Amino acid sequence: MATKEEQQAYAEKIKPIQPKPPYFINCLKAFLIGGLICLIGEAVQKFYMTYFNFSAETAGNPTVATLILVAALLTGLGVYDKIGQFAGAGSVVPVTGFANAVTSAALEHKSEGLVLGVATNLFKLAGAVIVFGAVSAYIFGMIRYLFQHLM
Amino acid sequence: MEFVWAFLVGGLICVIGQLMMDVLKLTPAHVTTSFVVIGALLDAFGIYDKLIEFAGAGATVPITSFGHSLLHGAMASAEDHGFIGIAMGIFELTSAGISSAILFGFIVAVIFKPKG
Amino acid sequence: MNLQGRQTWKFTNSIYLNAAGTSVGPLESEGPLGSFFDKTYSDLHCNQKNWELAERQLMEDAIDVCLKKTKLQPEDINFLLAGDLLNQIVSANYTARGNGIPYLGVFGACSTSMESLALGALLVDGGYANRVIAAVSSHNATAERQFRYPTEYGGQKPDTATFTVTGAGAALVSKEVSDIKITSATIGKVVDLGIKDPFDMGSAMAPAAADTIAAHLKEMNVAADEYDLIATGDLSGVGAPIVKMLLKEQGIDISDNHRDCGLMIYRPDQPVFAGGSGCACSAVVTYGYILDEIRKGNLNKVLMVATGALLSPVMVQQKESIPTVAHGVVLERAEGGN
Repeated sequence: MATKEEQQAYAEKIKPIQPKPPYFINCLKAFLIGGLICLIGEAVQKFYMTYFNFSAETAGNPTVATLILVAALLTGLGVYDKIGQFAGAGSVVPVTGFANAVTSAALEHKSEGLVLGVATNLFKLAGAVIVFGAVSAYIFGMIRYLFQHLM
Repeated sequence: MEFVWAFLVGGLICVIGQLMMDVLKLTPAHVTTSFVVIGALLDAFGIYDKLIEFAGAGATVPITSFGHSLLHGAMASAEDHGFIGIAMGIFELTSAGISSAILFGFIVAVIFKPKG
Repeated sequence: MNLQGRQTWKFTNSIYLNAAGTSVGPLESEGPLGSFFDKTYSDLHCNQKNWELAERQLMEDAIDVCLKKTKLQPEDINFLLAGDLLNQIVSANYTARGNGIPYLGVFGACSTSMESLALGALLVDGGYANRVIAAVSSHNATAERQFRYPTEYGGQKPDTATFTVTGAGAALVSKEVSDIKITSATIGKVVDLGIKDPFDMGSAMAPAAADTIAAHLKEMNVAADEYDLIATGDLSGVGAPIVKMLLKEQGIDISDNHRDCGLMIYRPDQPVFAGGSGCACSAVVTYGYILDEIRKGNLNKVLMVATGALLSPVMVQQKESIPTVAHGVVLERAEGGN
């Protein structure tokens, strides 16, 4: 096992050889695709408000459900991973990324059956988001509640 | 005009995520987890609602909005039910999203085959 | 004396590589070496119902083709030395179940091809086997699924990432004369210079390759330019320049005769990031293309150094760095055989 000095020396040595990510292009692609997905979301929301009489508050629900359905289908069709390689965070950060994480994990583990494969692995990748979201909401909620009631 | 803001704000949030991946070398899981916590935090200070007002889908589509909804539902329920309302309301607003993901993810997994 | 120095075997008898079989997936068959592979599939599932069965199919194909070329049956083979990337090397295990050859499972990650070949030659040279088959396999989907993400996941891979080769290679080793000799082998030490990024294996494995190449040249007392080709398994675009740099620091210059299998198996325009990796990378390029070059007389003496990253997803999550190993085998053109 190499010493820490040897490891650091090696890391320095290879820095010039290791390709750096194309920061600007990656950010541009993320911006464009991420923005586009949000744009589509805005259009879908307007659609539900106009034709289905949802209010501004409640239209978010069917909008999110629609985007999730589309992302799940694109994942099943084998298209979303290609979008993801191109867009990076542009496809990971929108809620479509959440749907893709859920669907791709479930799809991949199909060979292990419905219960132990599909169902068990559904939240293999996306579980962290739900856990941390719920835990932080709980903690922030408690803090705010105590604040409101002690002031 | 709302479309422009949706595009710009949504795109910007994704750029922040991209920088977290490229510069800070975080995995997508770490980025989305951070964003959901940030969304909840911004709602704790009442900021995220304002973002939604002017950016529309640019703020509701990114995963940050998930964090916002979790806290929002908790606080709304706390108003009706007191302290225990926090636990009761966490998944109230996000139910559509989580249920859809489970349902559609499951159905797609049953119908399709991974392509590699 | 068969042992040279600390870690090199010089085979006293004449050990021959009699035949080899290769089977690959779609991207590999479309690559620059496509015509050199025995069996190709246009479908990543290789006509099987899941990825693991597909990988097993590839390994079975490679062994089948190898046996057919020498008109032998599984019963004629003493030992099967095989391995792959999957947990518990199941592709190898279940293939061995199928052909009933006394089985020694080996794991060296992507270095398994030369690990198994070296051990096979050792068994034959020591008189402990008449005929050995050394086989390895890897599959892009099974590797992605186990080490990284589900195959349909939309994560973005960096340019330093390598692309696991879908394929399998098998070689038959014995004392029966053929046109390719296995003359020596160097077993590598595990080297870890602190690289933690599983999406940059090239940087992690280059030191191991340099270590093994240097040890081999020293213990066999030969100069680098005595080899027509010193090939590494899968250092790819990032690791290849690093290994040359590391060896230069030790006074060894392989810039003229070095090639990397990971860079040979795919075209630059194929969506493979830094190049190929996986057990099959070194195996199919060696058993498909390099052997052919030796037979044609374009290469006389080749040092094939397969490189492996000995990590697991759990180790990465526990913030461990990536230990790597490289094993080298020397293949030489022989006069005999048909």
